Amino acid sequence: MSETKQALTYADVGFGDELPELRPDVSMKTIKRFGATTGMTYWRFTDHERARASGLPGAIVPGIMSQGILVSLVHRWAPGATVHKIDTIFRAPVLVDSEPVCRGVVTDMNDETRIVELDLTVCNEEGETRVLGTAVVELQA
Amino acid sequence: MEVSELKEKWTGWTFDEVSFEIEAEDLSEFSLSCGETVPRYTDPQDPDFQAPPSYTARFHGRRQLPKDFPVDMATSFDGGKTVEWKAPIRPGDTVLARSHIHDIFEKTGRSGGMMFIVHRMEFTNQRDQLVAIVDWKMIQKLA
Repeated sequence: MSETKQALTYADVGFGDELPELRPDVSMKTIKRFGATTGMTYWRFTDHERARASGLPGAIVPGIMSQGILVSLVHRWAPGATVHKIDTIFRAPVLVDSEPVCRGVVTDMNDETRIVELDLTVCNEEGETRVLGTAVVELQA
Repeated sequence: MEVSELKEKWTGWTFDEVSFEIEAEDLSEFSLSCGETVPRYTDPQDPDFQAPPSYTARFHGRRQLPKDFPVDMATSFDGGKTVEWKAPIRPGDTVLARSHIHDIFEKTGRSGGMMFIVHRMEFTNQRDQLVAIVDWKMIQKLA
């Protein structure tokens, strides 16, 4: 982590700024690691074959893991920020072992509170939005 | 039953309580598997080590809805989750989660009427300090 990133402040940010893209690790190994600590070890998350047999396109990433990934996107951009609120809509499945891309953009700013609002997405390789979110984030002075 | 009647009958009262012990390894594993890089969420040795902001979304109560709540799970789907972070959760904390139906409302979309049921879990620590609120929206298609 660079000193520059650690020092990102409200004054460094502008309306419409885009967060650096994140290509998260959603390999089966990582999904199983997440499952081991959360208890989310159901076959729809951990077994491609069984998931396909049930009509899914493959094993899927737990929604709350996608939400956690979006929080990490915010922290990679602004490590000292406080995420006060994150709202996510799981529009369509994110597939395990796929290569999704997470993006964020600043959509509102409050100079008095140093709080910014962000629009967040997780898209698949085809550019289709799978998870949609917003976050309320307080930046450092 | 009309949506307004459902709201009057089922919202605003606690139907479930469950407590959770917070352990350092669970916090760091949750963070690391989500790709978190900030030491206060990943490193138990960090002096400010704490749960990542969306951590409480992982918890479930003993039941999802009140007993006899009239919802058809077969025609319902997940409308998303909102987590409000209120205060740090740290290893050794005991967190109490209380569940209630926060709201029930109706919207009309392209595919017809839909009922939104907002399930809320409020988390307090052992000092009775509110640490997080998690809203889970369940959507049911209306006939």
